[in-house]
Amino acid sequence: MKTLITVMGVLALAATAAASEIHGPAQTSAGSAISISTSGSGEATFYLIGPASATKQKVQAGSDVPIVGDQLDNAGRYVAILCASDGCTSTSFFVTPGTANRLGLLVHPSRVPVGKANGISTVAFVFDNFHNLVLKPQPIKFSILPKNAKEVSANRESQNGVAWIRISSANKEGATKIGAEIGHADEVRVVQQVAADACNLRIKASRAKENFLVETEPVRDCSGNAIPDGTVVSFTKSDSAGKTTVDVPIKRGIAKVEMPVQGPARITVASGVVTGNELEVSASR
Amino acid sequence: MKRVLPIFIVVVTAVLLITAWFQSGGAQRREMRSANSPEQAVRLMLSQIQSHNYDAAYDRLANRTDIDKTSFMREFQGSYGSLLTYASLEKFEVSPLHSTDSDANVRAHLHYSTAVGPLDDNRDMKVQKSGDIWKVVWPVSQSAKLPPQVIPVNYLRWDVISRGASDDWGVQNVDSPQVRIVSMNAIQRPDSVVLVGEVVNEDSVPAYVNVGATLLDAGGKELAQESSFDKISHVLLPKQVTPYRIDFPSMRLEKIKNVRMDAKALLVAASADPVIEINQQKMETDPLGKKVLRGDLLNQSGQIVNIPHVIAAYYDSNGKVIWVSDGYVAQALLPQIPVSFAVDVPPDIAKNVQTYRVVVNHYDTNSQS
Repeated sequence: MKTLITVMGVLALAATAAASEIHGPAQTSAGSAISISTSGSGEATFYLIGPASATKQKVQAGSDVPIVGDQLDNAGRYVAILCASDGCTSTSFFVTPGTANRLGLLVHPSRVPVGKANGISTVAFVFDNFHNLVLKPQPIKFSILPKNAKEVSANRESQNGVAWIRISSANKEGATKIGAEIGHADEVRVVQQVAADACNLRIKASRAKENFLVETEPVRDCSGNAIPDGTVVSFTKSDSAGKTTVDVPIKRGIAKVEMPVQGPARITVASGVVTGNELEVSASR
Repeated sequence: MKRVLPIFIVVVTAVLLITAWFQSGGAQRREMRSANSPEQAVRLMLSQIQSHNYDAAYDRLANRTDIDKTSFMREFQGSYGSLLTYASLEKFEVSPLHSTDSDANVRAHLHYSTAVGPLDDNRDMKVQKSGDIWKVVWPVSQSAKLPPQVIPVNYLRWDVISRGASDDWGVQNVDSPQVRIVSMNAIQRPDSVVLVGEVVNEDSVPAYVNVGATLLDAGGKELAQESSFDKISHVLLPKQVTPYRIDFPSMRLEKIKNVRMDAKALLVAASADPVIEINQQKMETDPLGKKVLRGDLLNQSGQIVNIPHVIAAYYDSNGKVIWVSDGYVAQALLPQIPVSFAVDVPPDIAKNVQTYRVVVNHYDTNSQS
């Protein structure tokens, strides 16, 4: 609050008094050193107020005030004020972003089912070396680097510092790299393409001592990708003893369970919202 | 005058002692100590259990040769970190079923106070007359024991490494799992509105799920907000489906115009083990005349499940979820040893139930998930 009042006071003084003079460039790029010339004589105080910082130093009125690049990292409007014994004077200038040299790349989601049209959103933000968003249009190269397949790329021009593409997931499961490139900067993200819902879920039953061993055929999605291990398959058996349900995770591609059966029984299978075939078995057979 | 004060103090002390004796149930205990009826014998034994006087309660048994004291104590104190180890017998009711001069059958309704809420248990006990007093024949349950063995378990386990705090902006994180509410049904109960339905984890990673609901009136104003709390299986493995139930006490369905559902999912480390089989599920009428869904739980893994929690979804002939009920099982699930369960179904719902589906949630003290 104290700083704000001081800054406001200095600005008010600068607006009313105009004895010494101060001149700077109208525009410079972030991180570049500049020099601000002053007129007048005697000891003075120099203020530099930027979008993210404010500095104060003692200077000699009439000499040039050097401003190092570190003080001009943040793009935006800067106000330079010189306060001498005869009053304050000010000038303003703009710091524009430097050369585009960094990318912020957001890829969503990190896991996507195979064969999902426009399922992957890729957004690139263009920055200079000082984390300033580069608003001038810049060409960005987006690339998809699938495992065991040829790279695919597309060029987009950024608008207001942002460029994006939407990508459909492949039909084959596995990790795919998605990259964006500008100048010397490139960023890569990995998206895991996972099997979609189970397709053509089928079970078979065989006798195992006093019980029935019920197991699925290798569980795959409609593109032939193996459903990942750990995915739950629900078995339900109904017979004269009542109903039996077991949620079994897939292990090495199949899910299996041993169930006791009394008399004729009906066994069904499901995984998530997908249902499979039904089996009629009999303990007396 | 000198004697009046000491006499007054003695009289007051005696009155206070008698009052305290009556208030602490001394008269009742004295009456029951005689155990001159079957109900009194059961009451006496249960009140001694309630006050953790297991030696005295054990002495009240007619069949001490059939059951050792440790096993008898375990029936009330629990074992293997089961729910009863976090419970105490709060109160009990005793009612006679049948009685002759020499033996009788008595039903005891036990109310436990547990870490997860009240737990009720019904026990039918035989009582025998031995000389002048009645003694309880405690039902001996021959619990199966698994021989020492190694059970190999090689189910999947998921661990999560999230983005670090020092990572740059825009660095990729692992997304939350995709879950979906597959059904929702609002039901008017006598004292509440209940939302029931099912939610599925559509993702290929485990999810910690919670379902919340906000009721809105015709003007879009919020009437109430609740979550499924423990009426859901929170940890869902890939493609696993769980029922959920959200209760809105003192609410009327006519007041509600809209329901805003919200399924929240977090990516969590989890294990696909243990697998619990739910056998012999049947809708029955229990001895108290209530409709219940009964069955047996069988832990297929080698790990002890300390507190099993059964959640059942009931469907009508159109496949719509019409009710969800749940219940905690007092016993721990030892590997390969079946443990029975029963969950209540309201009678007006039970008549419309076409089929049902049970899932088991589990709380394990040594869980690594």
